[in-house]
Amino acid sequence: MAKHHVTTTVNREPVELLCDPSATLLDVLRDELGLIGSKEGCGTGDCGACSVLMDGRLVCACLVLAAEATGHEITTIEGIADGNTLHTLQQQFLEDAALQCGICTPGFIVAAKALLDRNPDPTETEVRFWLAGNLCRCTGYDKIIRAVMNAAAKMREETVHG
Amino acid sequence: MGNEQDALNLVNEQVEYKWVGTRPIRPDGADKVTGRATFGADIDLPGMLTGVVIRSPHAHARIISIDTSAAAALPGVLGIVTGADLPELPNEVAAGGEAPINFRYVSENAIARSKVLYDGHAVAAVAATSVEIAHEAASLIKVSYEVLPHVINVLDAMADDAPVLHEGLITKGVEPAPNKASNIAGKVEFAMGDIEKGFAESEVIIERSYTTEAVHQGYIEPHAVVASVAADGMVNIWCSSQGQFMIREFCAKLLGMDIGRIRVTPAEIGGGFGGKTTVYLEPLAVVLAQKSGRPVRMVMSRGEVMRATGPTSGTHVHIKLGAKRDGTFVAGEMVLKYQAGAYPGSPAFLGGMTGFSCYELPNAKATCWDVVSNRPKCAAYRAPGAPMASFGVESAIDELAQTLGMDPLELRLKNAAKEGTATIYGPKFLQIGYVETLLAAKAHPHWSAPLGPNQGRGIACGFWFNIGGPSSASVHVNEDGSVSVVTGNPDIGGSRASMAIMAAEVLGMDLSKVKPLIGDTGQIAYSFLTGGSRVTFATGMAVCDAAKDVVRQLRTRAAKMWKVTAEDVEWRDGSAFCTKVEEGKDRAPLTLAAIAHAAARTGGPISGNVSINAAGAGPGFGTHICDVEVDPETGATRVIRYTAIQDVGRAIHPSYVEGQLQGGAVQGIGWALNEEYVYDANGRLQNTGFLDYRMPVASDLPMIDTVLVEVPNPGHPYGVRGVGEVPIVPPLGAVANAVSHAVGLRLTSLPISPPKLLAAIDGAKAAG
Repeated sequence: MAKHHVTTTVNREPVELLCDPSATLLDVLRDELGLIGSKEGCGTGDCGACSVLMDGRLVCACLVLAAEATGHEITTIEGIADGNTLHTLQQQFLEDAALQCGICTPGFIVAAKALLDRNPDPTETEVRFWLAGNLCRCTGYDKIIRAVMNAAAKMREETVHG
Repeated sequence: MGNEQDALNLVNEQVEYKWVGTRPIRPDGADKVTGRATFGADIDLPGMLTGVVIRSPHAHARIISIDTSAAAALPGVLGIVTGADLPELPNEVAAGGEAPINFRYVSENAIARSKVLYDGHAVAAVAATSVEIAHEAASLIKVSYEVLPHVINVLDAMADDAPVLHEGLITKGVEPAPNKASNIAGKVEFAMGDIEKGFAESEVIIERSYTTEAVHQGYIEPHAVVASVAADGMVNIWCSSQGQFMIREFCAKLLGMDIGRIRVTPAEIGGGFGGKTTVYLEPLAVVLAQKSGRPVRMVMSRGEVMRATGPTSGTHVHIKLGAKRDGTFVAGEMVLKYQAGAYPGSPAFLGGMTGFSCYELPNAKATCWDVVSNRPKCAAYRAPGAPMASFGVESAIDELAQTLGMDPLELRLKNAAKEGTATIYGPKFLQIGYVETLLAAKAHPHWSAPLGPNQGRGIACGFWFNIGGPSSASVHVNEDGSVSVVTGNPDIGGSRASMAIMAAEVLGMDLSKVKPLIGDTGQIAYSFLTGGSRVTFATGMAVCDAAKDVVRQLRTRAAKMWKVTAEDVEWRDGSAFCTKVEEGKDRAPLTLAAIAHAAARTGGPISGNVSINAAGAGPGFGTHICDVEVDPETGATRVIRYTAIQDVGRAIHPSYVEGQLQGGAVQGIGWALNEEYVYDANGRLQNTGFLDYRMPVASDLPMIDTVLVEVPNPGHPYGVRGVGEVPIVPPLGAVANAVSHAVGLRLTSLPISPPKLLAAIDGAKAAG
């Protein structure tokens, strides 16, 4: 089968590749681009471990065809930090011990960023419902929700004083 | 090793710790929040092939033939494996890990021989140059089956006329031995006192049956492995598991190889909860790598994980509890019937050992039945076997409290196990903190908070043994005085943080200069797997011992530098101090860095290497309080408040200890309210994805409050008890008791799903 030509932007870098027409964005990120931070927990959009941003919109990379990435801007967990400076969410996940095994963590951080980009001051209920598409089996979500709320507060503080 | 004496000293002195009990950022954290951490499916080797498994669509069938010729002819296919490629193993139980293991069953579960025994049972596997070719090849493998009658549920499987899975399976533990095969693999009994006399003396007796469904561990990372075989036959395996040494041993057994020809490198593990304590893909990947001469990567889909790995047993639990009118327990009996899945080995006996262990019960008996049926072979799941028996016992106690008009917490307190209480499995408890968890619950504002309409509150308790076992650690002093701590246990929930904290505490040094690492099977001595809530306790003890050995060496080296004896050197706050004062001698304290710099001149590199079989694991107890609100129109139950209280011995890193309590509680909530394996009439699993196998999500839950009770375990240098398993034991009973109070009906069947609860509510209404 003929390969499909994809021209896209991943984590602010231009990317050009050939992929199988049936390849998902997740397949291409992991296997072609070596961006292994997006995880495949289910392949059916139920676990959120492959959460990425497509033009700022939260999507499951396993449900997007790689061919659909053409002309769009993709942000993965690898593009969340600013070089070696962690994003406030990443730092807060560490400080609040919001991860145990860590397999779901990239998806949660990407999803939480999408939330805070839209709503810098979410309620606990809003955070819980926004993150309902991300499964974590280790933490019971408590520390994840707290980390997102605490990160949001810090980011609001930075906006005011920054 | 002199552990016990040292341990007692440390526990009894009210020592102020520098690092133990603090909450530093975990050492592996940065990689995990940036996506750099390497899990099983992330391993990539040059020339690597993709392997996929062909699985049975039948619950029970004889394999007539497997034709691989068309698949083998497909360009790009470089290896095919069937059951014929693995050696036949003797049908015998061998020592292995936590419980004896029959490796013939492990092998047949990894790849079927003459029969398939469940939907999803592996039949063959193929390796090819691309995923697409591998899947096409899989579709070309023609397996011819003779479909046999199947049996799914435990009581059906025990019936006389049930289809028999294993023609040679004679029930163990029954006298006289049955003369024909059945699905009842074994019976185990535990008893103390005289239950007949006990029930005769009882003034109130509660007797009921309870059921639970099979549930999966539900780790988010599917099983994944890469295997590579060198031209000289040396095998390298990279995989996500709960024990690199377990993978090495199991592969060696299943493939008839020497352990020394296999090296296993642990990847980061994306959750296990007991489910990654055995092999599935690993031996198949090794054979495919041998046949193809290329590295092979195999990763399960979620559907494969659900159909062919885990779960834990669905159960039928019968409880009879007798007490005096004042609430004193007199007699208890339990009959446990647990699904083992396709091969013997359910955790029924562990349910029998743990079910009554929270209580002083002079007359008790547990009869535990291990029953095979056409389901995936059950695997360990967090306190294996305990939550189901506990659900029955804690429900019965709740009902007893209602019958007697007593407060359920006070009833438990009245009968609580304490130091000296005898257990049904033999030993008496030493220092335990169960009563302290009940008192903490009583004092907690949650226990006395008001409830609204359609709301109910439940309390339940739980026990788990916790284990120690073979553990190794190396503490290396680097040239600049920084330290590496190498252990042999995969870090499943933050244990590297605990290892670093304990090493820094013993060495009196800055935590940021301690780097914890997990060695492969060639880099560190044998360590039993990460399980049984043992790592922070047992491997932590090895780390403490290795660090203490390093301190001894550092004192000796400092003594050489000062030309005094080691007895003249004290170690504190990460430096050597000379206690011998001599005129004209400059003996300013020597830092760890200064001694490390000089190591070449004082005897060479400094490192401590310790291997122990850790004894003295402290049992763990937990008490959980749960509030629910039931929607009487839909039967939907919502947990609105939850508090988990546990005796943790001592929390080395309290955040990760709290995390264990919170995660265990939520897994238990899922077990109680949502999760279950659903089969159709043909014995095919119907809910193989997360959409239909509904684990709790963030919007289902409140915050999970925790209280860490610290009654130090005298068997550990810092008083550590295992903490990971206890918290999944109480939630089943706590949730069911809460729902029972909310609706005024005793719920005895999990999960308490909306249709089931609605039917119970409507049924009660109809009955008037």
